[in-house]
Amino acid sequence: MTEHDEHGHEGPEQPEEVELSDERFVELESEVAARHEAEERQLVAETSEGAQELAPRKSTSAWELRQEVGAVLRLPEGGYVDPSDIDVEERDDQTMIINMGPQHPSTHGVLRLMLELDGETVLRTKPVIGYLHTGMEKQGEELTYVQGSTNVTRMDYLSPLNNELVFSLATEALIGIELPPRAVWIRMLMSELSRVASHLMWMATNGMDLGSTSMMIYGFREREMVLSFFEKTTGLRLNTNFIRPGGVAADLPDGWEDDIDVLCETILARSYEYDELLTGQPIFRERTEAVGSLSAEEALALSVTGPILRSTGVPWDLRRTMPYLAYDKVDFDVIVGKYGDNFDRYSVRLNEIRESIRIVRQIAEMMPPGDYRVQDRKVTPPPRARIDESMEALIHHFKIFTEGFRVPEGEVYVAIESPRGELGCYIVSDGTSKPYRMHIRAPSFVNLQALPLLLRGGLVADAVAVISSVDPVMGEVDR
Amino acid sequence: MSDAAPTTVPLAAPASILPEVPRLPDHLVDQLAFPHRGAYKEMVKAFRDAGFELCSDLCAVDYLTHPGRSLPEGVRAERFEVVVNLLSLSMRQRVRIRVQVPDSDPALDSIVDVYPGADAMEREAYDLMGVVFTGHPDMTRILMPEDWEGHPLRKDYGVGRVPVQFKEAPGPR
Repeated sequence: MTEHDEHGHEGPEQPEEVELSDERFVELESEVAARHEAEERQLVAETSEGAQELAPRKSTSAWELRQEVGAVLRLPEGGYVDPSDIDVEERDDQTMIINMGPQHPSTHGVLRLMLELDGETVLRTKPVIGYLHTGMEKQGEELTYVQGSTNVTRMDYLSPLNNELVFSLATEALIGIELPPRAVWIRMLMSELSRVASHLMWMATNGMDLGSTSMMIYGFREREMVLSFFEKTTGLRLNTNFIRPGGVAADLPDGWEDDIDVLCETILARSYEYDELLTGQPIFRERTEAVGSLSAEEALALSVTGPILRSTGVPWDLRRTMPYLAYDKVDFDVIVGKYGDNFDRYSVRLNEIRESIRIVRQIAEMMPPGDYRVQDRKVTPPPRARIDESMEALIHHFKIFTEGFRVPEGEVYVAIESPRGELGCYIVSDGTSKPYRMHIRAPSFVNLQALPLLLRGGLVADAVAVISSVDPVMGEVDR
Repeated sequence: MSDAAPTTVPLAAPASILPEVPRLPDHLVDQLAFPHRGAYKEMVKAFRDAGFELCSDLCAVDYLTHPGRSLPEGVRAERFEVVVNLLSLSMRQRVRIRVQVPDSDPALDSIVDVYPGADAMEREAYDLMGVVFTGHPDMTRILMPEDWEGHPLRKDYGVGRVPVQFKEAPGPR
């Protein structure tokens, strides 16, 4: 130790000893206690979250507690449970409310959860969302239908093509145009590949959340193959703005069949490697089986759709049950689970990758020739070459990209099966070139409601796995 | 399906009353229903009992600057409209319920106890459009910050009312 260090310890920081009388000491102590209490009160009062905060049990209404328990869920036979008939446990002394997120790495974005824990057991959960709210629905009213697909593609950033698809389908339904078959099939191809990419991404993150880093790397590796195909076809890996009202932006590139062949073969072969890595692995099964179970009745009551609903055994897939595009012309299976637990959700998604690849192969075989967009100059721009020679083409081009096209008055709701569930688009048109109201029914947003129920009674260590199995994409939740 | 619906509320057949309602070439045509505000919840219950298991969507529309929309006779156009999409898995059918909600009293019965899944959607409609759902257990903002003023999706919401401070262009390095 040097001399300098020794000197450093001396100085003005030395606390002064003050003699306190007993009365003064008691006075000070009560002052401190009062200040602490005031601070505590203020802490609650000052949080800007207000009622979104998970309040302690004693200050939560019984109705709300019961709702969090899931007691208001309908019974299978269609009857109600009267919430006042249900006892809510009184165990305030042992519980602890902790905050998880929005910066938690396993919440897949900026999801914040308030968890009430009894030891290691999760009792109540409250998802707090809105951290990524960017007002896309409002923005959609300011953009023309031509520009609209650029906006919606940014919602569910893991399967952007599905967002574009639902917006385009809604717009086309309002205009009432019929697409050339090739456009429909290209859309289907891209939508299915998007599903593959999204599910692969889910496999990756879910593996990561359960501690399988190799799965994360594999998932990203395979997804990259799909994204490379997107890049080749659309010019962009994400937010492609490829599917537009009136068709798609471009035809498929030369040699796309070979790319699809390689892609399908590789991903299909590797999906069986995942089986070896995860499906049969005892640790993985221990951590996923019977964790976060959901019954079919609960799922329906909570408006849950997509793989989560199918994992409970309900064979509901809009591609099959309410076919759009040309899904009634391809052959595929709807994958259902049985127990609605984490493992079922995993296997539904894994098998959906295989089914999607099956669909993609059929599409590649049956891809019809023809135009990739509708040749209606009021909806789609003329080919570039025509602009040089035709004044009319130039005018049409100018009109479409400055004011867009007018859409007849009306309202329409269109829903498609996105990788996360029913993705709906509700458009109200007032006859101008901009949607009067554009509402997106986001599957992640709705599915997130099931989270309190899934987590209830489980271990806090499984919370991460359950959140991941719901597959929320915060860009879509908050829009 | 129309016989299962309550007789007290007008149930519109889309083809005859609303020729403007677009049809999707390869979709089932959605059925439309326009109940009065008071009969709305009863109607939702009736549909639920008739086999519409899932409330797939609920949103609100502000018709402030577009009042002349086509509605069936007997339905008075109000400023707000709450649109509920119900889905029947067993019948593979959708129904769209559109309720008029006046500007003077933007309130509507909550259907959370009929469809618990409408919880977050009603909160969203309240947050962004300011329609209050009476009977909802937790009628708070869901997407916007808790202390936000106004409801952004309303047509008279001042877009750009929050001044944005632009910095000067960076000088030469």
